Amino acid sequence: MSDSIEKSIDLAAPIERVWRALTDHREFGAWFRVAIDGPFALGEESRGRITHPGFENVKWQAEVVAMERPRLFAFTWHPYAVEPDVDYSGETPTRVEFHLEPIDTGTRLRVVESGFDALPPGRKAEAFRMNDGGWGGQMRNIAAHVDG
Amino acid sequence: MSTAEPRSIEPATVFAALGDPTRLALVRKLCDGQSRSIATLAADTELTRQAVTKHLAVMEDAGLVASERVGRESRYAFRPDAIEEARACLDAVSRQWDDALMRLKRFVED
Repeated sequence: MSDSIEKSIDLAAPIERVWRALTDHREFGAWFRVAIDGPFALGEESRGRITHPGFENVKWQAEVVAMERPRLFAFTWHPYAVEPDVDYSGETPTRVEFHLEPIDTGTRLRVVESGFDALPPGRKAEAFRMNDGGWGGQMRNIAAHVDG
Repeated sequence: MSTAEPRSIEPATVFAALGDPTRLALVRKLCDGQSRSIATLAADTELTRQAVTKHLAVMEDAGLVASERVGRESRYAFRPDAIEEARACLDAVSRQWDDALMRLKRFVED
């Protein structure tokens, strides 16, 4: 079993448009549902907070590790920093990579999130389940709302 | 005769335990559900019994195997729960990405 997740989606938009939606912190925040304090910069920490209803206490904390326009954007983050009072900065983060490739109909985007084996053993399975029932459900609600 | 009580399963520990070719090979040997002794598991491999013992300890910590004392030897059996739990957590993360990417799609295609 792999400890990474890989997703691929074809977007009917030019690669530069997709690049901007990923790397402009306001645009990223609009679809990812996070309010980020300032622009993404290579090697720098990005801070903010999640904007999902009911999850406003959840911090966004990431570090941009690759910004190779327009092909690769990557950050490391703490995906389960769900406890407001816990400092997660000492934990090994997971790594999220966005790979962009031009195709006839627009852009093929591949997302790879890896490093789940490095999450510390103190982190309980409950955190994952909480995410499953909570955050995932919220995301689907919002998607339905936006669609309707 | 019984083992320590089942501990809570932590997906990260399971991934770490599986992220090693020797331990994956041990899982493959054990996944028929039969329990085996350390000597049996070390047979036909390049591994010493000490090495097998160390790997089994990591796997037991992750909840991948359970040990049982039979006479003078410990026998190890595979426990599928840990892998299922770890898979469930990856599925949850996977669904979150599906949702996020659908929002991204609407965002850039509008």
